[in-house]
Amino acid sequence: MISAPDVVAFTKEEEYEEEPYNEPALPEEYSVPLFPFASQGANPWSKLSGAKFSRDFILISEFSEQVGPQPLLTIPNDTKVFGTFDLNYFSLRIMSVDYQASFVGHPPGSAYPKLNFVEDSKVVLGDSKEGAFAYVHHLTLYDLEARGFVRPFCMAYISADQHKIMQQFQELSAEFSRASECLKTGNRKAFAGELEKKLKDLDYTRTVLHTETEIQKKANDKGFYSSQAIEKANELASVEKSIIEHQDLLKQIRSYPHRKLKGRDLCPGEMEHIQDQASQASTTSNPDESADTDLYTCRPAYTPKLIKAKSTKCFDKKLKTLEELCDTEYFTQTLAQLSHIEHMFRGDLCYLLTSQIDRALLKQQHITNFLFEDFVEVDDRMVGKQESIPSKPSQDRPPSSSLEECPIPKVLISVGSYKSSVESVLIKMEQELGDEEYKEVEVTELSSVDPQENLDYLDMDMKGSISSGESIEVLGTEKSTSVLSKSDSQASLTVPLSPQVVRSKAVSHRTISEDSIEVLSTCPSEALIPDDFKASYPSAINEEESYPDGNEGAIHFQASISPPELGESEEGSVENTPSQIDSSCCIGKESDGQLVLPSTPAHTHSDEDGVVSSPPQRHRQKDQGFRVDFSMENANPSSRDNSCEGFPAYELDPSHLLASRDISKTSLDNYSDTTSYVSSVASTSSDRIPSAYPAGLSSDRHKKRAGQNALKFIRQYPFAHPAIYSLLSGRTLVVLGEDETIVRKLVTALAIFVPSYGCYAKPVKHWASSPLHIMDFQKWKLIGLQRVASPAGAGTLHALSRYSRYTSILDLDNKTLRCPLYRGTLVPRLADHRTQIKRGSTYYLHVQSMLTQLCSKAFLYTFCHHLHLPTHDKETEELVASRQASFLKLTLGLVNEDVRVVQYLAELLKLHYMQESPGTSHPMLRC
Amino acid sequence: MKAHCSSPGETGETGSPHPPGPRSPLHQKHLDLGSGLGRSSSWTCCSSSSQIMGVRKSPLQTIGEEQTQNPYTELLVLKAHHDIVRFLVQLDDYRFASAGDDGIVVVWNAQTGEKLLELNGHTQKITAIITFSSLGSCEEKNQLILTASADRTVIVWDGDTARQVQRISCFQSTVKCLTVLQRLDVWLSGGNDLCVWNRKLDLLCKTSHLSDTGISALVEIPKKCVVAAVGKELIIFRLVAPTGGSLEWDILEVKRLLDHQDNILSLINVNDLSFVTGSHIGELIIWDALDWTMQAYERNFWDPSPQLDTQQEIKLCQKSNDISIHHFTCDEENVFAAVGRGLYVYNLQMKRVIACQKTAHDSNVLHIAKLPNRQLISCSEDGSVRIWELREKQQLAAEPVPTGFFNMWGFGRVNKQASQPVKKQQENATSCSLELIGDLIGHSSSVEMFLYFEDHGLVTCSADHLIILWKNGERESGLRSLRLFQKLEENGDLYLAV
Repeated sequence: MISAPDVVAFTKEEEYEEEPYNEPALPEEYSVPLFPFASQGANPWSKLSGAKFSRDFILISEFSEQVGPQPLLTIPNDTKVFGTFDLNYFSLRIMSVDYQASFVGHPPGSAYPKLNFVEDSKVVLGDSKEGAFAYVHHLTLYDLEARGFVRPFCMAYISADQHKIMQQFQELSAEFSRASECLKTGNRKAFAGELEKKLKDLDYTRTVLHTETEIQKKANDKGFYSSQAIEKANELASVEKSIIEHQDLLKQIRSYPHRKLKGRDLCPGEMEHIQDQASQASTTSNPDESADTDLYTCRPAYTPKLIKAKSTKCFDKKLKTLEELCDTEYFTQTLAQLSHIEHMFRGDLCYLLTSQIDRALLKQQHITNFLFEDFVEVDDRMVGKQESIPSKPSQDRPPSSSLEECPIPKVLISVGSYKSSVESVLIKMEQELGDEEYKEVEVTELSSVDPQENLDYLDMDMKGSISSGESIEVLGTEKSTSVLSKSDSQASLTVPLSPQVVRSKAVSHRTISEDSIEVLSTCPSEALIPDDFKASYPSAINEEESYPDGNEGAIHFQASISPPELGESEEGSVENTPSQIDSSCCIGKESDGQLVLPSTPAHTHSDEDGVVSSPPQRHRQKDQGFRVDFSMENANPSSRDNSCEGFPAYELDPSHLLASRDISKTSLDNYSDTTSYVSSVASTSSDRIPSAYPAGLSSDRHKKRAGQNALKFIRQYPFAHPAIYSLLSGRTLVVLGEDETIVRKLVTALAIFVPSYGCYAKPVKHWASSPLHIMDFQKWKLIGLQRVASPAGAGTLHALSRYSRYTSILDLDNKTLRCPLYRGTLVPRLADHRTQIKRGSTYYLHVQSMLTQLCSKAFLYTFCHHLHLPTHDKETEELVASRQASFLKLTLGLVNEDVRVVQYLAELLKLHYMQESPGTSHPMLRC
Repeated sequence: MKAHCSSPGETGETGSPHPPGPRSPLHQKHLDLGSGLGRSSSWTCCSSSSQIMGVRKSPLQTIGEEQTQNPYTELLVLKAHHDIVRFLVQLDDYRFASAGDDGIVVVWNAQTGEKLLELNGHTQKITAIITFSSLGSCEEKNQLILTASADRTVIVWDGDTARQVQRISCFQSTVKCLTVLQRLDVWLSGGNDLCVWNRKLDLLCKTSHLSDTGISALVEIPKKCVVAAVGKELIIFRLVAPTGGSLEWDILEVKRLLDHQDNILSLINVNDLSFVTGSHIGELIIWDALDWTMQAYERNFWDPSPQLDTQQEIKLCQKSNDISIHHFTCDEENVFAAVGRGLYVYNLQMKRVIACQKTAHDSNVLHIAKLPNRQLISCSEDGSVRIWELREKQQLAAEPVPTGFFNMWGFGRVNKQASQPVKKQQENATSCSLELIGDLIGHSSSVEMFLYFEDHGLVTCSADHLIILWKNGERESGLRSLRLFQKLEENGDLYLAV
């Protein structure tokens, strides 16, 4: 029973299910050839399948004067990323295309060596054999000990997707230029320092030689010079010449900023350095003197050495490393920038383009986008968590978390100047969006993992996730997808009720007390849900069963650790499920068990197929996706309706949905397909993420988890709607509970519904333990409050009840909510407990899109002139008010309390628009 | 939800089903007592209150969250003081000043809640504050703020610049009240004695030492007189302005009124012809402002009220401060008195109380004010501010009691015998009721005072160091829209459809 579907997944699906679904139904000309890498479990969108590396990476190579082209480092510095890809060969390739003539030396007609400040060259290069395409950025760094004082380097962004390189050329170029500029600035600084040292040495040598010559002169007053003396004199002369040369070089390198950097937008930090240098340079108008003072002041520790005449060029010497060439500070900054680039361009091209368009559009919505878009993720908890996660200490790839968390100005600078450098580029990006970029790119990353990496993920997962709660959460996703088939098939079988009937039942159930403001209802156990309700709403079943932990409250995230038998028995008690369904359900649990507790005795049987089970399972689920489709066609309007609620676009326009049934069908098809695929992969890969990319993903992870928890909340609590309504309408929601982690979890989840006042953090307080004050309600719109069973706790509750007019109180321990009644239609769409969305990040996106829509309504309402001002003098206020009401109702289609949500958002928009400088206006507490 | 509110079921049963039926002996007793006191203005209007009280579990009337008639849906918390804020004074259409025990005076913008000025100078708590706006003829337009403090100084401030105009520190005692006589262009300070000052802050004249307790209240009455409340006494002084004969100012004690049995706590002008005083034991006396005779006397606020049917309540009511009159406000027809925890409306024509709310608050009412639209606002030591509407009583059928829930102060007194609502048919044509229409919860401690701005809403100050600005949400929304479009227009972003 347990393993049967697993096996089926490996084999053809006809054997598994012949009746409802026949493979050769499609005519031959419409059949699509099977994806060649499907057997490996790769998704059809993965373009990386042919390449030898698993995903894009950045390679830094050098054309060493000693050994020729050699790879220096990769970002990410993970051998798994580039796999069997021949870095040496590719270094040769990319170094060989450097056409720039970086000539340094004695140009004809010049007495001294001349530094050439060459522009970087940017080349796109393809290697079809390797399946690799690269954007190659060449640059030269100065090294006093190198031949011609130059060291050629290159940075390459290597991807398997040619289009990605070509279409993102501008962006890549801009980003790499920044990195290069950073390297070169550091290098100039280091080079100048080196020159100064050298000058000091030479000066010292000259003094020594001079005294020696003097001594010799004094020693023999015979009037003729010994050969030794002549040699000394020559040596002295060459030292003198060398000094002049080096002084000239120093002048050149210091004059660089004035020549090169004029008019260029540089980040303040670099500017400082440059100005620093510039001021240094200006003070060194008398080079001898100031060089001395400079040396003594800046590097007092340096003691000059005697320079041997022929010591300058020797090949046995070890060349400086890149880090030595540039200042360490700049080097780390560059690495940060490069890993930023790697994050930025991670993922599929279409995703990159979409997110770029997304950002560009978002920027245009500067009037409304502050409400729900999170520009800055200020979540102390997340940061704290990230820190607690032991990140792989790697020298080459600095953990971006530390860079983001530490208040090093450098990092901020790099983000800040990011904007400036991009500004010339076609699609503008916002500096504030820097963070978001990571996240969004991350999402695609999940869908473009290739099979072998997937296995890696699994490996890592087994190691890492035993104690982590996250992995357990993920189980929910897996389970829910695996149950999908069951619920759908069942829905298609039992459709006795018309959707209307069911709906009305659902409504009457969910608004338990309609007579009052207070919706005080305990969280129903599933026994409260009528059986027919369950039966005809697949996701309702899903909800109950895919989250066995959910039945006991969101609280029991540990539930999945409990043996699967428990879940089964629960299911059995809920309804009489056919055995086939049970088994499919078990699979889901098994795979979970295998992920979480690979060594639990109860799951030993699943261990065998543990590693391989994931891809075939995915395969199977894809089939189920088709089946969903099929059952829909079997005239189950309610189920189709429900299933379509996963797609905001279709959901918005029901008529459109009904009209273009095919479209919705296909989209559902795709949807279920991708979900099932992605969820299985994502669940594993996302767990791997924290260890690999601690901070870059934190926000994405945060979103995902918030979405997941929000989804759970919605499915679990019948009063989710009024609670969300409270948040949207600006009424402070207090989440009261004893357990801090549970409260925090829910607060984090609900925070996605809280509109912000401005471009700062959301008005959310995750955890408060002292009695709340009126100021708190003015400041925070969502508060997690500790319930204390002591006299002090009584005070807390007293304060709460006192301010009950401004608050909704969600009591997690008793599962009650006290809040105004909500009868609108907006929140049910936003937070449908029957939603088929399974993944947190998907749900998050769904919420974002719904909220964006809401914002646009609020925008319309706010900025329609005639709605707020009388059109002529004699018009009364009542008339204006009625016009407002009719606009809200008829034009915007808002029902009942939805009006208040839009009105509240409109007030926020007004306040925000009128704010001269952020922070001056006080937040209003609205009753 | 139902569990929280006072059960409406009870209301129905006790209120309407047997309205005139078994006239309760209590009611009779009440009538007897009322007449027994032999005063024409005997206590007649308890009906509304008793009706409410009779049916409620808690003596305190509460209102639900959905206060549809309460316009104050936005609030702004202003924080600048470090101690109890006791005084609020309006400077002009949009500014007000607050002062309190921390000795600082803060000037605020009532529209935006912006802190405009902070006046530092007193070392101890402020005991009185008043504005002295210059007359139209005067060239110096600036508004003066006078503050008296327990450090025995009076400081005159320029309300526009926060400049200390002058500081007077020659007082023998703490100045407890200040009043400005605009007509004479002088101001008076009342402590243990009464001093008269002119605008230039010269001491014009002063009385001898009056009492150690000092003057607690001071109002101007016609004929260049002022009346001062000193302990149980009312003293009337006449100011003698310099005339052709003498160039000296003088202040003469004209009369002492000794009718109050206890300390006089409140004293205000009703109109040009009368003023009203209230004492600690609930005596309300209306005086003729011209000949200083008693026009009306009322002191039955708690005595034999009909609902004293349980021992418990008697005990509650016997506390003397339950009937002390803390504050008055009045309009053309009525004097509104804050008596203990209750509110009473005394009609000047009928010379009797026409409406009352015996337990308007959980604790003493400290300040009340009448709004133009027949509304009354009261604030109390319990930290709440309530809005009442004075309604003509139409019919005697029990009105549905506003349901409320979360009675956190509920005494839990179970008044099961349900004290049959007292209805006086013969007088119901004139009686009114005070209906609670809004409960402004925000302060966590005693609300000392409030100030009403016609255009900007309500400002309350409290012992929790906070000032709260209560705003009419709808109006604010409209104003914001107006400003929004103004700004759009300024920016040139406004395109009006043709």
